[in-house]
Amino acid sequence: MVLKIANLAKRYAEGGEAVLKDVSFDMAAGETLALEGESGSGKSTLLHLVAGLDRVSGGRIEVDGADITGYSDAQSAQMRRRVVGLIFQQFNLIPSLTVESNIAFHARLADRHDAAWAAHLAQVIGLDAHLQKYPEALSGGQQQRVAIARALAARPRLLLADEPTGNLDETTADAVLKLMLETAAEAGTALLMVTHSPRQAARMQRRLTLSHGRVHAASPARHVS
Amino acid sequence: MIRLGLSALLSHWRRNPWQFATLIAGLALATALWSGVQAINAEARASYDSAADVLSGGGLQQIRRADGAPLQVAEYVGLRRMGWQVSPVLEGTLDLGDRTIRLTGIEPLTLPQAAAGDTPVQSADPDDGLFAEGDVVFVHPDDGTLFDGRAVTVRPDASRAPGTAVTDIATAERMLETRDKITRLIVAPTQPLGLPALPPRYVMTAPGTQNDVARLTESFHLNLTAFGLLSFAVGIFIVYGAVGLAFEQRRGVFRTLRALGLPLQTLMGLLTVELGVFALIAGGVGVTLGYLIAAALLPDVAATLRGLYGADITGQLRLRPAWWLSGLGMALAGTAIAATAALIKLARLPLLSFNHPRAMSMHAAGAARWMAAVALGLFALGAVIAWGGQGLFAGFALLACLLIGAAFCLPLLLSSALLLAGRLHRSVLAEWFWADSRQQLPGLSMALMALLLAMAANIGVSTMVSSFRLTFTGYLDQRLASELYLTAQTFEEAQQLTAFAQSEGATVLPIIWQDLRIGGLPAEIYGIRDHATYRENWPLLAAVPDVWDRVARSEGALINEQLARRNDLAPGDMLETGDRVLGVYGDYGNSAGQVVISDALFAQRYPEVQALRFGLRTEDAARLSERLEARFDLTEDALINQSELKAFSLAVFERTFSVTAALNVLTLSVAGLALLIGLLTLASLRLPQLAPVWALGLTRRHLATLELARALCLAVVTGVLAVPLGLALAWVLLAVVNVEAFGWRLPMFLFPLDYLKLGALTLLAAFLAALWPAVRLARTPPDQLLRVFSNER
Repeated sequence: MVLKIANLAKRYAEGGEAVLKDVSFDMAAGETLALEGESGSGKSTLLHLVAGLDRVSGGRIEVDGADITGYSDAQSAQMRRRVVGLIFQQFNLIPSLTVESNIAFHARLADRHDAAWAAHLAQVIGLDAHLQKYPEALSGGQQQRVAIARALAARPRLLLADEPTGNLDETTADAVLKLMLETAAEAGTALLMVTHSPRQAARMQRRLTLSHGRVHAASPARHVS
Repeated sequence: MIRLGLSALLSHWRRNPWQFATLIAGLALATALWSGVQAINAEARASYDSAADVLSGGGLQQIRRADGAPLQVAEYVGLRRMGWQVSPVLEGTLDLGDRTIRLTGIEPLTLPQAAAGDTPVQSADPDDGLFAEGDVVFVHPDDGTLFDGRAVTVRPDASRAPGTAVTDIATAERMLETRDKITRLIVAPTQPLGLPALPPRYVMTAPGTQNDVARLTESFHLNLTAFGLLSFAVGIFIVYGAVGLAFEQRRGVFRTLRALGLPLQTLMGLLTVELGVFALIAGGVGVTLGYLIAAALLPDVAATLRGLYGADITGQLRLRPAWWLSGLGMALAGTAIAATAALIKLARLPLLSFNHPRAMSMHAAGAARWMAAVALGLFALGAVIAWGGQGLFAGFALLACLLIGAAFCLPLLLSSALLLAGRLHRSVLAEWFWADSRQQLPGLSMALMALLLAMAANIGVSTMVSSFRLTFTGYLDQRLASELYLTAQTFEEAQQLTAFAQSEGATVLPIIWQDLRIGGLPAEIYGIRDHATYRENWPLLAAVPDVWDRVARSEGALINEQLARRNDLAPGDMLETGDRVLGVYGDYGNSAGQVVISDALFAQRYPEVQALRFGLRTEDAARLSERLEARFDLTEDALINQSELKAFSLAVFERTFSVTAALNVLTLSVAGLALLIGLLTLASLRLPQLAPVWALGLTRRHLATLELARALCLAVVTGVLAVPLGLALAWVLLAVVNVEAFGWRLPMFLFPLDYLKLGALTLLAAFLAALWPAVRLARTPPDQLLRVFSNER
């Protein structure tokens, strides 16, 4: 299993109401899973906990076989560099670096930079002609494609995407998701994606719904064309 | 609408208290340093003015001897008989033990009313004016006790300047122990018709708007004003940065307000009112701080003015309306200067303008190129001034071109240095670090400009002072060649002392002088004995061949450098005294002109002047000192050895520049504060840029360390650039400003160790300034960083 979550709980304040309660699920290598739910249901929180960006209040998270629950800041950072890839709704590219440097950034941090793979990704996302541009010169869809390429350039075992198409129009969103799924499959990466869109969720192998901090329902796996 | 608009604009400052603090602190500090310096200048000038009433004749014409020598009573009587309505004045320095006082003797019956000023010297009240019985002396209330034990009636007079006294001319003659001498004649404003022409041996000086002391010290005050202006400029850089950043951050608010129907003119009016109110608040704080700074520095300035120019100013500070109103005016003017560019940009801002962090940086890159072009123009102007300009204002104009030009160049130079560093380092973190540093430059460049100016000022002024100190020490070694210095109370005592010293094998070198005026300013003429001490030690800057032999043969005179420069004299020229200039010597003791002739010529020209001070050359100073003290009942300061005199002179020197050192430290502190506030302001904007890097696998501690390293790198590059600028500043100070201000040119020495220490101090300041924001970043809770990624922010 690339991700194993057991009885996960998260509270922001001591004694306060839990944002996540008794959440448990697994993901196999290369699997794609959509995490759905209303605003405030705890989807992003769950993603942040898996990425080691925040600390759990209870339960256990295993990423690529390692229990990250008690990780220090440095260990979490190391795990994010080597195992996990991240894509955000706001793109969160580094504005001071060119498209090319942004794509290579994560892989170089992880000491896994493969120039040929990065060039291939740039070509796949259709931005190989814009490599020397800065992010602000790109459209929203183009920026999100760069974010996908950056996340996959390090060949992570697990790709975490937080509403990656939330800021995009439907057509662009479809194209971006298609690209993400194809490149993840090509890299052998598992994808955990938070989404509000049932249409997008339907394209994933598995769907999981969070409601009031609990896993409400899980749909069976399906194949993506 | 206006209330709502103002409320929306002000909400920015409530949300960004550090930025508000930057604005107020920058403006308050700028105003404080400027108004502090102005308070000192105002106090000194008020002292000169109150000393000037009788001293200068209250703006009336005056008559003096053309050769600068004192007038005699017979000459005064002769002029009166010719019909000239003139009144005699006798001036001299009265030694009162620990202190000296400038004593002015007047003749109350003939003194024109306009010259008396507020001093009740002509009061008809027998208990009040100089018509009262006995010897009455008018002094400043603080100086009343100086005359204890003397047979005079002391009248406190608040209109008198400290260190000055006025009395009847006959009393002054007795107290100064002179006879038949008149320093000058004050000419009454109304003269009889058909008055014969003034004989050619006299000169009439036009009423000046300033007195001697004010004229002599003008350049010193101009120096202080220039330093105050530099400090003000450093502060205004901070304000410029804070206002620019606030305008940039509020672009969205401006756009929304305009989209909701607020006219552009109203918006600009609201912003002007907002900044005006801030300027008045900060100006009030700055004026208060300025008063405290002035009160702290005034004693040192008073000591400097006394040591360099013999000018006495009161050590107390008064709140003068003109001063604090001008302080508030400067705060408003500074804010206007700092905000003009931002307001112009706002006026041209398209309603749907694009706003992005790198857009800001790209806009800044354009601005940096534009500023560099202006800097090149300023450097070219500076070169023209250096080549063809003359005078103190040309010197300051050159300094302004250099400093402003260098400050304007800084963003482009820093950006280029960071670009180069990025190309040299190929690791991913280094690449991001240098690129990110370039992006932070617009937010920090104003603080770094302030740091550049402060460091350059420190290097320049410390190089000037240290070069001066080195030259002055060498000068003291040469000029204070005698092993002992002896002062007698009376001529009889002087004869006994010198006879004894000679019998003990010492060589006696009389130190004898007379006050006179050359070129309308006070000067001194000395008579020296022909001796190897002078031939071997005196630092001659220019001389005719066989100069010492010719001086000994009374063929001419030596003059000091300041007299030569002030009157454009060179060897071969003729002096007003009728002496030919044979040589020019370096003299760094005071700014007054000096003429040196042979003792024989001096005795012939001033037979009434008797030597009371002597230099003693001896093989064994300690033994001679013991023998003299055993043989005579000498007062404590009658016999001084060379080392004591040198130590005293060096102490006076150090105190002279203590004000400069204090202003240096204050300016550097302001720059350090600017950096701290700039970094704190940026820190609040940094999270969206740092959070992705943190999410991609860097710890908060690592990021904080990089932030610290960035501040240090920028400080190092700025410091390195400040060195050549500081040295150029030192050159202008030594070769242009000092020559105009003091009358002498000094050689320039370099002090690499001092620059290294300053560099270390600057790095420490930058480290401390960056430490707090870095620690805050390292301790930022993850949920705060996560808000950057949150979709429901």
